[in-house]
Amino acid sequence: MPEVQIRKRLSLVEEIFHEGGPIASKPLRRAAALVVIRNPYARAYVETIEAFMDDLKPLGLEMARSVVGALGGDPKLVEGYGKGAIVGSTGELEHGALWHVPGGYAMREVLGGAKAIVASTKKVGGPGTRLDIPITHINASYVRSHFDSMEVGIADAPRADEIVLALVMTTGPRVHARVGGLKASEIKGEDGLR
Amino acid sequence: MKDGLRAKIRKIATFVEETVTEMGRKVDPPTRRAAAVAVIENPCAGRYVEDLSELMTIGEELGELLTQRAIAALGLDGPSAESYGKAAAVGENGELEHAAAILHPKLGTPVRRVLGKGAALIPSSKKRGGLGVVLDIPLGHKDAAFVRSHFDGMEVRISDAPRANEIMVAIAVTDSGRPLARVGGLTKDQIKGDDGLR
Repeated sequence: MPEVQIRKRLSLVEEIFHEGGPIASKPLRRAAALVVIRNPYARAYVETIEAFMDDLKPLGLEMARSVVGALGGDPKLVEGYGKGAIVGSTGELEHGALWHVPGGYAMREVLGGAKAIVASTKKVGGPGTRLDIPITHINASYVRSHFDSMEVGIADAPRADEIVLALVMTTGPRVHARVGGLKASEIKGEDGLR
Repeated sequence: MKDGLRAKIRKIATFVEETVTEMGRKVDPPTRRAAAVAVIENPCAGRYVEDLSELMTIGEELGELLTQRAIAALGLDGPSAESYGKAAAVGENGELEHAAAILHPKLGTPVRRVLGKGAALIPSSKKRGGLGVVLDIPLGHKDAAFVRSHFDGMEVRISDAPRANEIMVAIAVTDSGRPLARVGGLTKDQIKGDDGLR
């Protein structure tokens, strides 16, 4: 079973007061945790890789707790989430897909059973690659005010044999959300969609 | 938006980086650095303004606010900080001189007050640029500029800033030098601390 080897961590927090309109009474906060790990499958085609998902679970939990901490420590404040991965040049996109289960599982666990699928994206790229991580409401994917995204990246990562793993969470809707659609107050909460 | 501030802040971003291994070798203790970045309205955008004192006042406010954010992000008390740096990026309707007005006359005093000391020059960089421009904040030891292990830099970037009438102002603080520093020179144990240089 490959060991998870961490090179560095990066945490980002954005606190948004306005975007040209009225100043929010409660600023929107977005936070991300990024961790740079060694890709145990770099440089060769490896057929069987699924077991690494279990190895990543403790790291996922650590990252999810770190994001909640960066937002103030109370999981009840979290309203949106997303995840992503950037695989270095000697890895394959499929290695990024290993993050779906442990990353998503960790956030649901820490947030106490969020219902919606965790929006995600991934790519292969060099150091400094930017990733726009999609964000949706944690309990109902169709809540329009919470469709958002956060750009992340690290100047010196991923190196060729590394993977950058990312989790993001937000505390509310876009700062001046006003394009209608399903509201957070209208969520039924049965299917994770509405 | 912070009450009572002259600066009109649109957003504040904080970044914390922790390096735990480098080239497979453990970095013990891990090196940690943080940057706090405010995106503010440029009150002098779009026209030539001779007197830049408003920007100087804004620099003073942000010196305190951003330094406190950066050390809080590291969970550090001010005097434990080891190196620091500052930078600004002015949106396209402003002048490089606006960055200078924020960074140079008044920003340093509150930074040093929060950090307890800070005998060394605060290294700085500035530029004009569009949204998503990369700021490389230079870093140097806060009490002795010649400490070679602490010559460093931290890259920050905000995808939606600075807009044309905005300025991004950044302060970076660390609790350490480079990971696995080994190119000699003055070390932090040898600091005399009299002149801010050695």
